[in-house]
Amino acid sequence: MVMTTVTEASGVRVRDICKSFPVPDAPATRRMALGGISFSIAAAELVSLVGPSGCGKSTLLRLVAGLDLPDSGDLLVGKEKIVGPSAERGLVFQDPNLFPWLTVRGNIEAGLVARGVLREKRNEVGEFMRLVGLEAFANAYPHHLSGGMAQRVALARALINHPKVLLLDEPLGALDAFTRMRMQDEVLRLWENRRTTMLLVTHDIDEAIYMSDRIVIMTQAPGRIDREIDIDLPRPRDRTGDSFLRFRGEILEHLHFAGKAAA
Amino acid sequence: MNANTAPTPDPPSLPWWMQLAVPGASLITFGTHLLIAQKAPPVETRSYMLLFWEIIVVSIVLAIAQRFRPALRKWMRHMWPIFTAAILLLGVWDVITVGLHLLPLPYFPGPAAVLRNLISDRELLFDSTWHSLVLLLSGYILGVIVGLVSGVCIGWSSSVRYWGMPLLKVLGPIPATAWIPIAMVVSPSAIMSSAGLIALAVWFPVTMLTASGISNTRASYLDVARTLGARRLYLIFRVAIPAAVPNIFIGLFMGLGASFLTLVVAESVGVKSGLGWYVSWAQGWAEYGKVFAAIIIMAAFFSTVMTLLFKLRDRVLVWQKGTIKW
Repeated sequence: MVMTTVTEASGVRVRDICKSFPVPDAPATRRMALGGISFSIAAAELVSLVGPSGCGKSTLLRLVAGLDLPDSGDLLVGKEKIVGPSAERGLVFQDPNLFPWLTVRGNIEAGLVARGVLREKRNEVGEFMRLVGLEAFANAYPHHLSGGMAQRVALARALINHPKVLLLDEPLGALDAFTRMRMQDEVLRLWENRRTTMLLVTHDIDEAIYMSDRIVIMTQAPGRIDREIDIDLPRPRDRTGDSFLRFRGEILEHLHFAGKAAA
Repeated sequence: MNANTAPTPDPPSLPWWMQLAVPGASLITFGTHLLIAQKAPPVETRSYMLLFWEIIVVSIVLAIAQRFRPALRKWMRHMWPIFTAAILLLGVWDVITVGLHLLPLPYFPGPAAVLRNLISDRELLFDSTWHSLVLLLSGYILGVIVGLVSGVCIGWSSSVRYWGMPLLKVLGPIPATAWIPIAMVVSPSAIMSSAGLIALAVWFPVTMLTASGISNTRASYLDVARTLGARRLYLIFRVAIPAAVPNIFIGLFMGLGASFLTLVVAESVGVKSGLGWYVSWAQGWAEYGKVFAAIIIMAAFFSTVMTLLFKLRDRVLVWQKGTIKW
């Protein structure tokens, strides 16, 4: 019960978000990237955003991270409005973006150093390295790591601040199929034992069905929400089960339809 | 350092011809010298002979020691061809100058004469090197500090860039030595004005490369840092500056080259000490042996300083190891 009061503050609400960007060739005109998006993520829920490329998934994620500000509309975490980036909302990109000049340990510590709390929380660094299974690589530099290892460091780096919300922008997109499936389980494990609210942007429909509580399908130009689908399958999910494939068919059909409507 | 566990099988000794290369080359070069010296006017060559005796003895000792020291063997395998070539080049120099008189004397003395000058004038040469070192370091360090500060400011803040960049673009390309007449009038002492000129020569490349490194920091590094709770000081000192360090080192190397040039010119026209002054002084007395002696010292001095900077780079940029080569 204590858990729920804590996590209630970590739900995300997106209300009527519009975002446009200047067109590079014609500075006077602006291209609408997001045209009035509304949805919400309950505390400790894992929601995936899928949609054709260019539909504004990453733009939306950056807005929730606070790295960009919307033209209009409201973004809230709990009851607080998002006005800029914060350690409360961790972000992991497709490229792990590890700081190459820091070791694995240095990268994981970065959030504590940035907030000036390294001294008090140093003991957590080892805990997070264990959590992602990288104790043996504490002193390695990022260029020595494989793609999967680097992404695990990026996850640990984002999680060490105990963010209320973890934003994942195609975090497994650059990995090979086997590493990718293993990492999906790993992210699920982290999510299950930390109960962090997660918003996952992905191209991979199987990944979305395998991992999420709910899938939000977007259409492109300008980005709008087409449909939300609850994935009410028990975990761990069977990637070849009938109901899994039924969800897959449904979403594919939707994306196809979405693609036609935009064209 | 056990040869048995080394990844590639390492033979227990260098091949015999490699062991004999350096002493052999020494014998050839010194033998050539003796042949030439019979025809040429008698010069004092005891120091030259001693040099070769030392090289021969040391190389024989090393040839024996390498059987027991794999690390030494590896180093010798790498360096011996270069040493051999260098010793043979001394012989070629001897033949061209003293032997065949292909180059006019007294402007091109032979290696034995240069060595004699190197030894006889060692006190003044040492003193000059010391003065050059002090002047170089004070100018270089000043230029680097100012260059780093201005480079970070120009690279980070767009308003500083607006005002700073034109200034940099107009003043930077002027060779620092062009300011010598003005520097001499403005500054109370020649040493200070020379240090200032060296600093100016260093300042330009360091500022330019630092600024471009800072402003080209990958935006995603800054984004990640922001979502980790970073404020401006963290973004500048722990993201932008580390990301710019490879660029900064290019600026440091370019600045070092510029500082050598400025040092030598400034010393030969203004300051009455240092290697640059020594060269022009020896030229005034037509002592070309001393000119070459000073040039040899400069080569050793400047390349040592350059090597130290490379070592510093390798330490600082250890995280880049294997990703770049230059």
